[in-house]
Amino acid sequence: MSFLGKLSLDAIPYHEPILVFTMAAIAIGGLVLFTLITKYKKWGVLWRDWITSVDHKRLGIMYIFVALVMLFRGFSDAIMMRTQLALATSGAPGILPPEHYDQIFTAHGVIMIIFMAMPFMIGLMNIILPLQIGARDVAFPFLNNLSFWLTASGAILINISLVFGEFAKTGWVAYPPLSELTFSPGVGVDYYIWALQISGLGTLLTAVNFLVTVFKMRAPGMTLMKMPIFTWTCTWANILIAASFPILTAVLTMLTLDRYLGFHFFTNDGGGNAMMYINLFWAWGHPEVYILVLPAFGIFSEIISTFTSKRLFGYTSMIYASGAISILGFIVWLHHFFTMGSSANVNAFFGVMTMVIAVPTGVKLFNWLFTIYRGRLQMTVPVMWTLGFMVTFTVGGMTGVLLAIPGADYVLHNSLFLIAHFHNTIIGGAVFGYLAGFSFWFPKAMGFKLNVRWGKAAFWFWIVGFFVAFMPLYVLGFLGMTRRLNHTNNPDWNIWLYIAAGGAVLIMFGIICQVVQLYVSFRDREALDDETGDPWNGHTLEWATSSPPQAYNFAEIPEVHDIDAWTDMKEKGQVYQSKASYEPIHMPKNTAAGVLMGLTLTIFCFAMIWHVWWLAIVGLVGAIAVFIKRCYSNDVDYYVQPEEVLATENAFNLSGSAKNNSKGIKA
Amino acid sequence: MSTLSINVEAENTALASHDDHAHEHHDTSGDTVFGFWLYLMTDCLLFASFFATYAVLFMNTVGGVSGKDIFELDFVAVETAALLISSITFGFAMICAQGQKKALTLMWLAITFCLGATFIGMEIYEFTHLIEHGNGPQGSAFLSSFFALVGLHGLHVTAGLIWMAIMMIEVARRGLGKPTVTRLMCLSLFWHFLDIVWICVFTVVYLMGVM
Repeated sequence: MSFLGKLSLDAIPYHEPILVFTMAAIAIGGLVLFTLITKYKKWGVLWRDWITSVDHKRLGIMYIFVALVMLFRGFSDAIMMRTQLALATSGAPGILPPEHYDQIFTAHGVIMIIFMAMPFMIGLMNIILPLQIGARDVAFPFLNNLSFWLTASGAILINISLVFGEFAKTGWVAYPPLSELTFSPGVGVDYYIWALQISGLGTLLTAVNFLVTVFKMRAPGMTLMKMPIFTWTCTWANILIAASFPILTAVLTMLTLDRYLGFHFFTNDGGGNAMMYINLFWAWGHPEVYILVLPAFGIFSEIISTFTSKRLFGYTSMIYASGAISILGFIVWLHHFFTMGSSANVNAFFGVMTMVIAVPTGVKLFNWLFTIYRGRLQMTVPVMWTLGFMVTFTVGGMTGVLLAIPGADYVLHNSLFLIAHFHNTIIGGAVFGYLAGFSFWFPKAMGFKLNVRWGKAAFWFWIVGFFVAFMPLYVLGFLGMTRRLNHTNNPDWNIWLYIAAGGAVLIMFGIICQVVQLYVSFRDREALDDETGDPWNGHTLEWATSSPPQAYNFAEIPEVHDIDAWTDMKEKGQVYQSKASYEPIHMPKNTAAGVLMGLTLTIFCFAMIWHVWWLAIVGLVGAIAVFIKRCYSNDVDYYVQPEEVLATENAFNLSGSAKNNSKGIKA
Repeated sequence: MSTLSINVEAENTALASHDDHAHEHHDTSGDTVFGFWLYLMTDCLLFASFFATYAVLFMNTVGGVSGKDIFELDFVAVETAALLISSITFGFAMICAQGQKKALTLMWLAITFCLGATFIGMEIYEFTHLIEHGNGPQGSAFLSSFFALVGLHGLHVTAGLIWMAIMMIEVARRGLGKPTVTRLMCLSLFWHFLDIVWICVFTVVYLMGVM
């Protein structure tokens, strides 16, 4: 074994024109960014205010930034796949050779689930959850920063695989024996393993952190059954993370042992059992989809209640429905492989359990409908996403119930019908939810509202594009087209493949509209300024703070008497009032330990992928050393002085009450 | 390493606990212990996954050795005794730490450390012995799942020993301040947790293995 392990110049795929083009684009983009930051002398700001920040709001914004960057990457993969399938019909080879195409569909799945949806969800939770419960930060601020950098490390590893070596060609589930060394001797699966492992660790720590935050740091008076609904659904999602991510860690560790040390967990020989991997994978994977969608349900609930100016209908049933979904989500994993060949009784049990999930989900849909009923629904951008979700997700849910019938699943298993189904629920459920939450809470995080025109255009492109892109896949599934095909030779399929490609282009226009929306809103930020911190006449405590909130969130922790705590305070006229003096506020200090651990662990993972053992040891020991040093540091906190608090609060309350008086709200 | 992650907050949050402003009601060192306990529950599921895999694969010996052929109960009984007693001695260390008796705390921690090191030493001996006789983890799915499950526990105990060594240095240098006791509390939870997991390993792997 050489000094650099398996790493050599041959690892750089300079013979692939698409990859060379991508690398050039990344290099030029990176250079431009570097120059701009240097020119405007922003390195210090970047380091002090963002990279080393332990402020949950800034970490949330960074999570969402990562999610958006990865959305572009994942969507580029998607549009390449649709282009390939539209071109490679009737026996034509298309533009992407199979070994490249296989990497693209694998990367698309991993990126969209692990590095787009998860950071987006966790980002929104970071920004909003502590504000909603009236807390000044999360329970473990440094751990929060570390979690972010572990997630970022995973994302960086995936992007490194573009330049050095390859990514997995196994599909995003990486089933053995295909993912074993015998059939995947390259480094692709190793990139997959380590990227998921390190970001999974970050996610797990986030869940523990937010569970402690929710159970221990709520404002006085906020009992569990007075928590805002988004906080509740996030809490269920965090319970699911804590209960399911260790299974992912375990199964990836076993695959690692198989590939690195010749163990026989999932190999064809030596008594290994590949189905064990598949069972464990989905014991994590199925709860994972509820981890993605439950917070989205919470977002829709907040939006519907805010924009109908009504209290959410069925608040309590909403919480229990989320709990039922969480528990049921753990006993349906086998429906991902009815074709494994379990007995009819086993398949029937998992089939019925899967269908039962439609009941609590139905409860939620009716609750939203009843909230709208006799309310005055304002057709804002977040509401449009919500209504779009209600239609789209219902379709996706019904095709899911169809797939839950084991007999039907034997026909539709592994076909494009399945692909259409889960995109229908994940895009229609989770992604629409995050985009709704993005426009809903954007003013809270950034201090100005988003342009409405471009937001509506983006919505219409997205939803029309979605149906045009994915409804044909249902048809193709019935016509017998299986997933992960590189090229086809069936004239009956062609027209549907062309339509689907057109749909992807429409979604691309939607994404372009969102980029333009961000630019236009930033340009017009003075006109769109959110002075009151409460642009939508909101119900919950996040709207009690300025936009963006002070680092300490609340100068004084509010007392809570109602589910809609902020509405309650507004009705009682207890808002926008400065006190004569404030107590000093105890806050955590920024730390470089998180980013340094992220960096050293990225080096560790990269070295493990390429079998550079000495570098792996350096990386791991470095991470542990940084960690222990951090443990022994006493310089971790500071106090915001009363005079400073008073000045900030006076300025905010003046503008808040002035604005609200003019709107006729009692303040 | 994630093992220790929560504990790092002990210092920060415990520092906050001297803050006696009227509005800061919650006890932050309690948060740390609760957070660490939650982490242990996730760790429990990690072990559960390895147990499940062992249960599925332990009969797949592909003509090679089975548990009956390689487990020596007498040896494992001594190993088990060392670990179980170390739990008691850690308990004594915690009582002394609550009572602010620095020297006694250090003594009991040292005894616990020695017992833990004995356990790990014996496990390493068992592993090398098996590998030397051609029964390494590459032999069969049974051996793979055995080495992984027992090795995972061993790695945890090793991490616990490193942590314990660091804690002894900390107690010796900084005494038994509130943050230090909170961290000892977390390590104590961790150590007892590993004991419970070992009882399951001993039962499921060794006792049922020789049946």
